[in-house]
Amino acid sequence: MKIAVCVKQVPDTWAEKTLSAEDSTLDRAAADGVLNELDEYAVEEALQLAEAHGGEVTVVSMGPERAAETVRKALSMGADAGIHVVDDSLHGSDAIATSAVLAAALDGKGFDLIVFGSESTDARMSVIPAMVAERLGIAQLTFAQRVSVSGSDVTIERVTDYGFDTVTGSTPAVISVVEKINEPRYPSFKGIMAAKKKPVDTVTVADLGLEAATVGQAAAWSAVQDFAARPPKPAGTVVTDEGDGGSRIAAYLTEQKFI
Amino acid sequence: MTTVLVLAERDSSNGTAKKTTLELLTLARRLGEPQVVWFGDQGSEAASVLGEYGASAVHVVGGQDMADHPVVPIVDVLQALVAELDATAVLVPSSADGKEAAGRLAVRIGSGVITDAVDISESGVATQSVFGGSTVVHSTVTHGIGIYTVRPNSVAPEPAPTTCGVIEVDSTVSEAAKSARVVERTVAGKGGRPELTEAAVVVSGGRGVGGSEGFEVIEKLADSLGAAVGASRAATDAGWYPHQYQVGQTGKTVSPQLYIANGISGAIQHRAGMQTSKVVVVVNKDAEAPLFELADFGVVGDLFEVVPQLTDEIDSRSN
Repeated sequence: MKIAVCVKQVPDTWAEKTLSAEDSTLDRAAADGVLNELDEYAVEEALQLAEAHGGEVTVVSMGPERAAETVRKALSMGADAGIHVVDDSLHGSDAIATSAVLAAALDGKGFDLIVFGSESTDARMSVIPAMVAERLGIAQLTFAQRVSVSGSDVTIERVTDYGFDTVTGSTPAVISVVEKINEPRYPSFKGIMAAKKKPVDTVTVADLGLEAATVGQAAAWSAVQDFAARPPKPAGTVVTDEGDGGSRIAAYLTEQKFI
Repeated sequence: MTTVLVLAERDSSNGTAKKTTLELLTLARRLGEPQVVWFGDQGSEAASVLGEYGASAVHVVGGQDMADHPVVPIVDVLQALVAELDATAVLVPSSADGKEAAGRLAVRIGSGVITDAVDISESGVATQSVFGGSTVVHSTVTHGIGIYTVRPNSVAPEPAPTTCGVIEVDSTVSEAAKSARVVERTVAGKGGRPELTEAAVVVSGGRGVGGSEGFEVIEKLADSLGAAVGASRAATDAGWYPHQYQVGQTGKTVSPQLYIANGISGAIQHRAGMQTSKVVVVVNKDAEAPLFELADFGVVGDLFEVVPQLTDEIDSRSN
């Protein structure tokens, strides 16, 4: 089974994120770049599927040069090879262009499963897996808390507000996973050493057969007009419980007309 | 006047229009004349309430076979109606289905897409609250028609009564839609409470709750207020409360009128999911808990003393 896992380098989850004053894109230099947390679950799921059914896992990422660290991280967890789409023209790409680039990088390589995390912790749009499924014309099996594969049949549990839907489809398919699906492994020392020797194919937009003019900020189909930090909230009242803490909250809620 | 399509969100328990649908209609009226796309039964029954909020028509997509395939049938119908009605914008709820449908529609018809709008102006400028609510962004779609997903609780629904016609949509399941099929729906959540992202009041618990039994006091307070229950990542990771109730950067984003956080320290992970709540009440033993910075009212104390007392007070006031 050939499995691709798409990963994104994002600012550290715990860091304050800002937009760049220059062009209103995410200021990636302001924080450490890490493998998007939800993508760790995607890598783990891809590895587990390959271990259970045989096959290999290819990491695919679009991002600036430093995103190579993120590809390497996934390789150190156990993925076999990487494809890193890196091109200056990609800066500021919207989801439309990103999905086109990923679809072009994935298309025609015979992947049976393409696994994503269900969202990135920076943009949080949750649209890329669906867009890639749309572009490739293959099954979309997303927001999975469980994945099982039997031959060409793929069954997932799609998380919903009321619980989950059991959804089936056939390979090739796009899968996205939520965090409760597994426990991502930590790269072992051996894994880290082995990752350094694994092949990573660095490709440009032109290599994918796309025009540079169709990607990047200038080609984006949505644009930021302006942005501002949310004004800090005025300090509230904090009291220490002296046996009447609950009553004091009740009095506050009454004053605010909640009760 | 131009047509704006609104994808209805239907309450899966009773088939009526969810409040988010009325919120979407309120925003859609600023952009043009709203018409609703309704999947499932009871579309004609909903017409009166949709009309009350300004919808001139509801397009009802019936048939179990359409409901048995995730996301793609929504895209197929929206695409056809955008073309037929020459719609200038599409508003969908910021649910998993809504966002995915918006994304696929954008690819298919060649339009930009803006997710998680909390407001949309008459000229189509969307307001987004990003990075866990720390930054407010104004954006526009610059290509094609405006496709927006809108967060629940962003605006107060305002009536604007008109007559809403009912149009049955003649639909068949496309080949693309057939590629995935829902074979079973499982209700695994804790029923009887409002949906987390739509609730006006959310009561949540974190590490300080100490275990799954501890969530009983959280649930009791929530029920006294008719609130939804949320949990921090520490609590869901520990298995104390089901995952789908997680509020935070890797969970749900909520924006209720009132958010009561109990035993939650307030790491960025959690704040990212609740920072835009209108009023925040915090109960924590640790006076240094960072969440107190966001509190309109906070109590430094043991939640197992404070919360039951609060629940009793609310119950006695409502009796």
